[in-house]
Amino acid sequence: MDDTLLKKLRILADAAKYDASCASSGGTRREAAEGAIGSATGAGICHSYTPDGRCVSLLKILLTNYCLFDCAYCVNRRSSNVARARFSVEEVVRLTLGFYKRNYIEGLFLSSGIIRSPDYTMEQMMLVARMLRQQHGFTGYIHLKAIPEASPWLIEQAGLWADRLSVNLELPSAESLGRLAPEKDETTIQTAMGQMHERIVEAKEERRRFSPAGQSTQVIVGADDTTDAAVLAASDRLYRRYAMKRVYYSAFSPIPEASTTLPVRPPPLQRENRLYQADWLLRYYGFAVEEIAEGGQDGMLDLEVDPKLAWALKHRHRFPVDVNSAEREMLLRVPGLGTRVVERILSARRHTRLRMEDLARLTSGLKRARPFLIAADHHPARLTDRQDLRQRLAAPRAKQMQLF
Amino acid sequence: MRRVVLQPGADADGFRAAVRQLVADHMPPEGVLWDTDDSPGLFGTPAGGEAPPLALPRTVAELASVAVCHSAPERYALLYDLIWRVTQGERDLLEVASDPLVHRLERMRKSVHRDLHKMHAFLRFRRVEGEEGEHFVAWFEPEHHILRATADFFVTRFRGMAWSILTPRGSLHWDGLRLTEGPAANRADAPCDDDFEAGWLGYYESTFNPARVNPTAMRAEMPKKYWRNMPEAAAIPALIHEAPARMRVMIAQQGAAPRRRDPKLAVAAMARQAPDSLAALNRLIQEAPPFVSGGTRAVLGEGPEDAAIAFVGEQPGDQEDLEGRCFIGPAGQMLDRALAEAGIERARAYLTNAVKHFKFTQRGKRRLHQSPTAGEVKHYRWWLMKELEIIRPRVVVALGATAALALTGQAVSVGRERGQRLLGPWPGVLTNHPAALLRMPDETARQQGWNHFVADLRLAAALSERASG
Repeated sequence: MDDTLLKKLRILADAAKYDASCASSGGTRREAAEGAIGSATGAGICHSYTPDGRCVSLLKILLTNYCLFDCAYCVNRRSSNVARARFSVEEVVRLTLGFYKRNYIEGLFLSSGIIRSPDYTMEQMMLVARMLRQQHGFTGYIHLKAIPEASPWLIEQAGLWADRLSVNLELPSAESLGRLAPEKDETTIQTAMGQMHERIVEAKEERRRFSPAGQSTQVIVGADDTTDAAVLAASDRLYRRYAMKRVYYSAFSPIPEASTTLPVRPPPLQRENRLYQADWLLRYYGFAVEEIAEGGQDGMLDLEVDPKLAWALKHRHRFPVDVNSAEREMLLRVPGLGTRVVERILSARRHTRLRMEDLARLTSGLKRARPFLIAADHHPARLTDRQDLRQRLAAPRAKQMQLF
Repeated sequence: MRRVVLQPGADADGFRAAVRQLVADHMPPEGVLWDTDDSPGLFGTPAGGEAPPLALPRTVAELASVAVCHSAPERYALLYDLIWRVTQGERDLLEVASDPLVHRLERMRKSVHRDLHKMHAFLRFRRVEGEEGEHFVAWFEPEHHILRATADFFVTRFRGMAWSILTPRGSLHWDGLRLTEGPAANRADAPCDDDFEAGWLGYYESTFNPARVNPTAMRAEMPKKYWRNMPEAAAIPALIHEAPARMRVMIAQQGAAPRRRDPKLAVAAMARQAPDSLAALNRLIQEAPPFVSGGTRAVLGEGPEDAAIAFVGEQPGDQEDLEGRCFIGPAGQMLDRALAEAGIERARAYLTNAVKHFKFTQRGKRRLHQSPTAGEVKHYRWWLMKELEIIRPRVVVALGATAALALTGQAVSVGRERGQRLLGPWPGVLTNHPAALLRMPDETARQQGWNHFVADLRLAAALSERASG
């Protein structure tokens, strides 16, 4: 690889790394045709991990980091002094194929700064995807970041080539968006999400291909003063209204050439982690936003304990729960029991009465679950007697979540 | 005591044959000694014809096919233990995940799956230029006997490449058409460099965010044992070491004043991106790929840009596609006659279609018209809206339900809602498509349909007169 291209790659990978909504999952299973390359397994593969614990799955780059927008939180805003570069369409295609053939990546994640106009930029990104698919028969994963300000017909075309389209909300309230991203507009973003959602649903019904892996989005946490409860309420709306596959939370991270309008401090990683946990409770555990908020204070999640444990500690009268008879909904509320573990409990208890040693084989979270459970040979001391329950269960330091 | 000797590695076939025989002989697990001897030919299983296949729950068979790949020598004994219990009355044993044996086998399954997954993820090819073009070679050290199980993944993903995967237990070779297995290899048999590796390393370093450094999370997913075969791992120590200082610099740095001038003009110009003329819009339509299967070229609308009436049809047909003009086939000729009878001059009207490409299936030499789906119509409707925005007709005539769907964004029934009505933002008339007249079964119906159609066109003409007056 020649030095100029390498230099561009460094700049444009660096410029793209703050976008966490970059998964390679949810695609339809497919195989490479004769003479071609590219397959998708549905789950997506992390081909490497960087020392920030994040997964490297797609070649995540910007087409260019020149940008006419001036979003305060973004390292590539027009008023930033970072080094700029621009790939040609052919260069991105060559890099994607070269990386893919060496099994470095699952495919391409392409985003871009806005140059000339949103339409022009979106068209260039689409040309990359089109060239990969049409000229090279590439059937690996392609995730395109749609530009909501672009004309609607471009989104219609992008969905033909991409496995996933996504638009980033970035800021969870219209007020913050207006203040920190003056060129962006909440209505425009939601219109684009709505258009994509409609088309994805129709194509599925009609058995056609249009962004088959659905759409996802990212919300930046800690750049404005939105509470966790408000962030989760925004996510809840996005899940319901647009059937988002995922909402990603991205702790606002100090960037080189930071704007003076924003806090410059280490990213609130613990908060991001708790938001992901809460997001899971929303989607898979039957929790409502209000219930999750009850576990914390003033709309913020408890940073010391996970949101499920926080809820349980405030609702001790609902426990203990008998693993041999309780309903699924209640088992899902037990701290330390995940959805898979609950399914295993339900299946195993049809054949046997579960004892503590059985549970120890079913879950690795038994330490946390123990005070909330009744098993054949176990009945916990009354929870209300334990003033120190919280301290006993709070992990000294929670591990950071994986993003993929 | 029965001694069963299996081939080294994952001998799924040998295991299956042995299990069939053992179960047929009612041999309990305590009486079997499993051996994976390295000297083949010592098959301990007594001959005596092949035992019949064994009916096992699908989940058990699946677990067995994965667990035989595990490197632990006791895998066969544990699996036979499980199968024995399943055949002796505990048919649903696998549902009891808390059972110690099930638990242990599930962990083995997980371990094999993880090994497979990590091999799919962490294996790296290096390119070599051979006599027959490029060849990609990888060296990998799996923990379990998974080489054969992994072949399908690499073949279906890299079908168009010639590649070899070398491991200490064996090798796989793919030439683009055929897969062959080869003997165990050494690291030295694989190339030691690749022209893309510098780029990959540069990418890896740049995509890392020093403000989020968390090596524990990285090592949980990418344990150190894999690092020696991953070129990017060379960068890890320095990235971790330098991260805190890099973050401190970013935090300490004051927000610098932007060096560049605020590009006011460019920012203002950015919003004026929509095509402002019909010619510009038509260029976009022609450049875009078809959203329907078949269509060879976009058939554009035609007529004066100041037309008072716009007619919207469904999609171009066979002849329209061939000649690149709308409404020239049989239905178009029908429309021409009706327009003449209603006193509308075709040359002064604007004619276009909801869908710009001919959707068809090839049947022999014939290209059979296919109706566009609702989703396909919606892919196209933005262009139609823009087209009419530029023409600004006083009246829009929707010829058929597809046109109405494109104009309103909703399903509209011609039968029930025919006549004058708002079509999206435009005052208009909803009527049938002229092709519908061609399909009518008898002369009476056709005559009635014709009269109705012409009456609708007269209504449109009258509305446009009124709007202009």
